[in-house]
Amino acid sequence: MDSTLKDRSYKYGFTTDIASDTAAKGLNEDTIRFISAKKDEPSWLLDFRLKAFALWKTMSEPDWAQVNYPKIDFQNISYYSAPKSSVNKPKLNDLSEVDPELIKTFEKLGIPMSEQKRLTGVAMDVVFDSVSVGTLNHDLLDEYGVIFCSISEAVKKHPELVKKYLGKIVPPADNFYAALNSAVFTDGSFCYIPKGVKCPIDLSTYFRINAEETGQFERTLLVAEAGSFVNYLEGCTAPQRDENQLHAAVVELIAMDDAEIKYSTVQNWYTGDKDGRGGIYNFVTKRGKCQGKNSKISWTQVESGSAITWKYPSCILQGDNSEGAFYSVALTHDKMQADTGTKMVHIGKNTKSTIISKGISADGSSNSYRGLVKILPSAENARNYSQCDSMLVGNNCSANTFPYMEIRNKSAVVEHEASTSKLSEDQLFYLMSRGLSLEESISILVNGFCKDVFKQLPLEFSVEAVKLIEMKLENSVG
Amino acid sequence: MLEIKDLKVNIEDKEVLKGLNLKINPGEVHAIMGPNGSGKSTFSKVLAGHPDYKVTSGEINYEINFKFKNLLEMEAYERALEGVFIAYQYPIEIPGVSNYEFLRASFNAVCKHQGTEELSDVDFEILVMKKAKLVELNPSFLYRSLNEGFSGGEKKRNEILQMALLAPRLCILDETDSGLDIDSLKIVSEGVNSLRSEDRSIVLITHYQRLLDYIQPDFIHVFKNGRIVKTGDKSLALELESKGYDWL
Repeated sequence: MDSTLKDRSYKYGFTTDIASDTAAKGLNEDTIRFISAKKDEPSWLLDFRLKAFALWKTMSEPDWAQVNYPKIDFQNISYYSAPKSSVNKPKLNDLSEVDPELIKTFEKLGIPMSEQKRLTGVAMDVVFDSVSVGTLNHDLLDEYGVIFCSISEAVKKHPELVKKYLGKIVPPADNFYAALNSAVFTDGSFCYIPKGVKCPIDLSTYFRINAEETGQFERTLLVAEAGSFVNYLEGCTAPQRDENQLHAAVVELIAMDDAEIKYSTVQNWYTGDKDGRGGIYNFVTKRGKCQGKNSKISWTQVESGSAITWKYPSCILQGDNSEGAFYSVALTHDKMQADTGTKMVHIGKNTKSTIISKGISADGSSNSYRGLVKILPSAENARNYSQCDSMLVGNNCSANTFPYMEIRNKSAVVEHEASTSKLSEDQLFYLMSRGLSLEESISILVNGFCKDVFKQLPLEFSVEAVKLIEMKLENSVG
Repeated sequence: MLEIKDLKVNIEDKEVLKGLNLKINPGEVHAIMGPNGSGKSTFSKVLAGHPDYKVTSGEINYEINFKFKNLLEMEAYERALEGVFIAYQYPIEIPGVSNYEFLRASFNAVCKHQGTEELSDVDFEILVMKKAKLVELNPSFLYRSLNEGFSGGEKKRNEILQMALLAPRLCILDETDSGLDIDSLKIVSEGVNSLRSEDRSIVLITHYQRLLDYIQPDFIHVFKNGRIVKTGDKSLALELESKGYDWL
């Protein structure tokens, strides 16, 4: 296919000129003590960090993913950057305390941090570089006893909860990046839904990397007590820069008896330019544990950004009758590389998991699905259904599927379907010769391909996701 | 309705149409016949605006609101919105895209362009059902992926269904009869006949005289080597049937 590459405009590529408090580059125990002191942390948390750091030093970077990049110099990154106005001010009481430049940035991003947000039915936490700069919509949440704040604030106000769950789902020893994150994480969101509470509004965190040569290491911890329900949304963008930046987050979810967590992400980190210069390295560990019986966790992700994506949101299905789901659309274009998928670990009886993965690769990009379905001997009558579809746009891209299965119980029923198709000029022409413009035709084709995933997203998010994918694809098929 | 002047078309540097002239008035039915490789299908693709076909000279003037406009200056979708419809010889399969959603999107695009109001969900469904009945297409096909796994005959019926739904002014049927059994041919032909009207022109591209028994043309043109070499009335079809194309 004729893939005329216009300059792909990344509308979030601007930077904000804001005074920030940034740590010197480099990583050693002092860096960690510096971060911990900046955040005025209790000693148990500093210990947690230092142990993780000691572990990290013994580990090596994973090399099994289908991605290629020059070795990262971990000493050439700054591990802490905070907008000056918010330093030593972990909680904002009202918006007048937020730096006006920062508010402008978020307005440019389409996130008005104003009181209006109250009306849209979303509570939002905003993380700028290393710190949370504002959590909105407290009153309603307070009424229901829902805790939603930055993790730094949670460490201070709810230390017993953080201590109980932090690092329990993703232990620091889990992998290289989880260990790194545990040592140097700077902020993120904390969310606690009490017993029996259906969270009245969607919770949302918006991540933004702004400073140069910094990494973002955020940590999200979400606890859903018995019988509770929460819909959680996450969005990310970063400025357009020539050098690569590292984003290594850890997200831990835990669902007790009959609780349900729906976690959705629209990831639009800067992808690098068409020659592969710059862009975010997105190395993320996300895991949810269905600890209680009948609990449910679903991960829905639309991955449309980052130079490199290495991400496997997973579910540990421990409670009997618990259910895990992974719905993913991953789009790669230009020189992007994505190796993404999931792990479903069945431990409890009658556990169920569903995996729907849609990969779209365009231009010279590489897009891989990697998934593990593991059924332990204790998991009587476990069920899994996996469907992995790839769509190729053009002739220079590649799509791979790496499904792994480990079945150790005979009663398991595991189904796997996979397909690869090509978005062809003939299909576009056929639709166009029925009166549909190029944009409408791409939209119909992409929607048709991704609808099983898009329908899992909350409506507003779904509209945004569809537009995002269309906009990025138009440049590859124009 | 349509006036083609000295149309020359290349595919990959090979000249396929070598100076085509043709005039079609509103309400007329023209049949285009001719041996394989004479440029018949190229003709339909060029009218549709397929990007692989390069027009090297000539113009295709099409009447829009009493004014002639050169189709070659319009995008494929704009031509469709102005009422040019090609029923393809090989309709494309599009997995994942529901036939019904596609019909709806296409119908809405045309409504929007014409400034008429879109139909409600219920009214649209009733309309589509009517059109499906016209071509005797089982309604279950509406809810399947577009053309995916349809038989040859079902694909052709789905093309005529689209044509009936969009109510174009210029219909080009590219070998719609090929691959159809007698029953399907009858049904499709009846569908086409029901669309004949004073302000709609129809072009039938075909190899076989058989189709012209069902849809009576006003003119028959014989394509040979990228040009029209003979034009006549429907008796020409019978003559071709018995004598072949070599005598021309």
